[in-house]
Amino acid sequence: MNTISSRTTASGMTSLRSIPSLDRLGSVLALLIGVALLAAPFITYRANRIVAGEGRMLADALPSKPAVAVIAVVLAIAFCAAFVRKPLVRLGAAALGLAAILPAAGWSASFVTPDGNAFARVSPSTGFWLLALAFALLAADALARLRLGPWARLLALAVAAGAVALLLASGAWDDLSLLKEYANRADSFWREARRHLWLALGSMAAACLVGLPLGILGHRIRAMRIAVLQGLTIVQTIPSIALFGILIAPLGFLAAQVPLAAALGIHGIGAAPAFIALFLYSLLPVVANTVTGLDQVPAAVIDAARGMGLSRRQRLVQVELPLAFPVILAGIRIALVQNLGLATIAALIGGGGFGTFVFQGIGQTAIDLVLLGAIPTVALSFAAAIVLDAIIDLTQRGAHDRH
Amino acid sequence: MRAQAVLLRAAALLLLVAFVARPQLFAFAFEPLTANNASAIYDQGSLLALTLSHLRTVFLATLASSVLAVTLGVFVTRPFGQEFLPLSRSLVNIGQTFPPVAVLAIAVPLVGFGEKPTFIALFLYGLLPIFENTLTGLADVEPQTLEAAKGMGMNARQRLIQVELPLALPVILAGIRLSVIISLGTATIGSTVAAKGLGEVIIAGLQSNNVAFILQGGLVVALLAVLIHGGLAAVERAVARRLGRPAGAATSQPS
Repeated sequence: MNTISSRTTASGMTSLRSIPSLDRLGSVLALLIGVALLAAPFITYRANRIVAGEGRMLADALPSKPAVAVIAVVLAIAFCAAFVRKPLVRLGAAALGLAAILPAAGWSASFVTPDGNAFARVSPSTGFWLLALAFALLAADALARLRLGPWARLLALAVAAGAVALLLASGAWDDLSLLKEYANRADSFWREARRHLWLALGSMAAACLVGLPLGILGHRIRAMRIAVLQGLTIVQTIPSIALFGILIAPLGFLAAQVPLAAALGIHGIGAAPAFIALFLYSLLPVVANTVTGLDQVPAAVIDAARGMGLSRRQRLVQVELPLAFPVILAGIRIALVQNLGLATIAALIGGGGFGTFVFQGIGQTAIDLVLLGAIPTVALSFAAAIVLDAIIDLTQRGAHDRH
Repeated sequence: MRAQAVLLRAAALLLLVAFVARPQLFAFAFEPLTANNASAIYDQGSLLALTLSHLRTVFLATLASSVLAVTLGVFVTRPFGQEFLPLSRSLVNIGQTFPPVAVLAIAVPLVGFGEKPTFIALFLYGLLPIFENTLTGLADVEPQTLEAAKGMGMNARQRLIQVELPLALPVILAGIRLSVIISLGTATIGSTVAAKGLGEVIIAGLQSNNVAFILQGGLVVALLAVLIHGGLAAVERAVARRLGRPAGAATSQPS
């Protein structure tokens, strides 16, 4: 991997020595930035929530001086992407770009909206999204090349989250349509957020409690492994809406027959079927990875542990599980990211979560309402993936040291 | 054991075809699930037509994403595309954290209701596993094999077509299988944005509180998924056998 990339950059250097070396990826991104700036509207202005909007280019979306400043910054970043190869510089440029256009979108919303007009809606448009995409790609490329360690990745995530929180708290975005949708539903937003997290995390915790013992048993007993894994694979193929829906019937029956179940909040419609469906979906990655992780423990290590006089139980707890832990965590990561996404479907059966806004938005063809549900979902899955990947790296390092 | 599995698959296929073509024959099985004399079998459209249009959307989307993903995978592993490799690897990781519903919902305002947003969501989401497996498959080709091919006087293009791609094929096929299975399920969600598909049956059931409908739609999709999964896995095994590899070397785990 290393040798291949260094070889090609070396040959690339020799063939392009006369020109200041042009970065291929960077030039594509620079082109994207150019198109976004010159050919696509930065924001969309609508007289009210439902009517079709009209696009405004960046130059018309801000007062003239700041508009020129933002355009200059964006062009400088395009230049930097095309010609500068140092990952740290490119990362800085991408961060600067995002720091320029994110507040600019909020500011342009205040600038474009006529004073005292409560109906007008301003949303980011194609130009904004393309610029944001280009900067995000530039940052992602720089981060991939920097090969940051787990702690540095966590720090980068914290910085990004802090910046977004600051932007939201400062009120710079308050005139954007997305935040107006939020302001109309602030209470239900946080209620659905808690519900979403509870569904995704709770069902995953339950899957770990059941899945780990199942995986350990499956590792020991071959017949059971095949049966359990095949059964769970079939569960995974049932489409999520169908599984959610099918569970309504038995739970509704249970609630009707057992008063205690109803008292505990178990109903046919609502969070209970969603919770159980998510639990069933997350069992497969947990069980499969527990089995794989335990299978991968070298026989020599187990022999050594046996030689040291460890009992079967001690071997499992002190040797096998710690060594299998990174692989098990990888399964938990898959389950969690999958759950955070699938929990959106719960809204279809009255289970709540961010999907409520997504499906309401689809029904009203209100894109900003869709985004109000979709953006937090994507952000949560993204953050969960980064955090768990970092933890996996850390445990792998730990397992390696102990080895 | 193997004969038993084949027999089981054949029975499942037969059951599926019979149910989709003549659903009324199975009304007795679904009747206990209905209340207030609601119909036991979906009657707002033909199950056969819905199944076919479901399969068509999935097939077209997977075909499109296979072509693009394999091309991209080959591109970033060639010397002239190498600069895109680190980014494309992290994009695959990031992309998989996007829930399919979000992709679907965001596509609606851009292209309107109907099949198009579903197709876009399936296409984009299907790219990831195929691209990832193409990268893995090409990276797993042993350097000695490539050196030997070079020694035989093959140029870069011949090496790609005659050595690298055939050796990577089982892993690429595993990616395509994963993508098809994800798409089959995601396409049902497409019915929330008015795409013709089996999701319609499930959604009709959710709206009219008719578990029989939900079960029918879900069972047909699940049977389709199990059968297609089995069929594609058999193709993979055949390809792997031709390469002299142990069967089942390709994993379906996304990570």
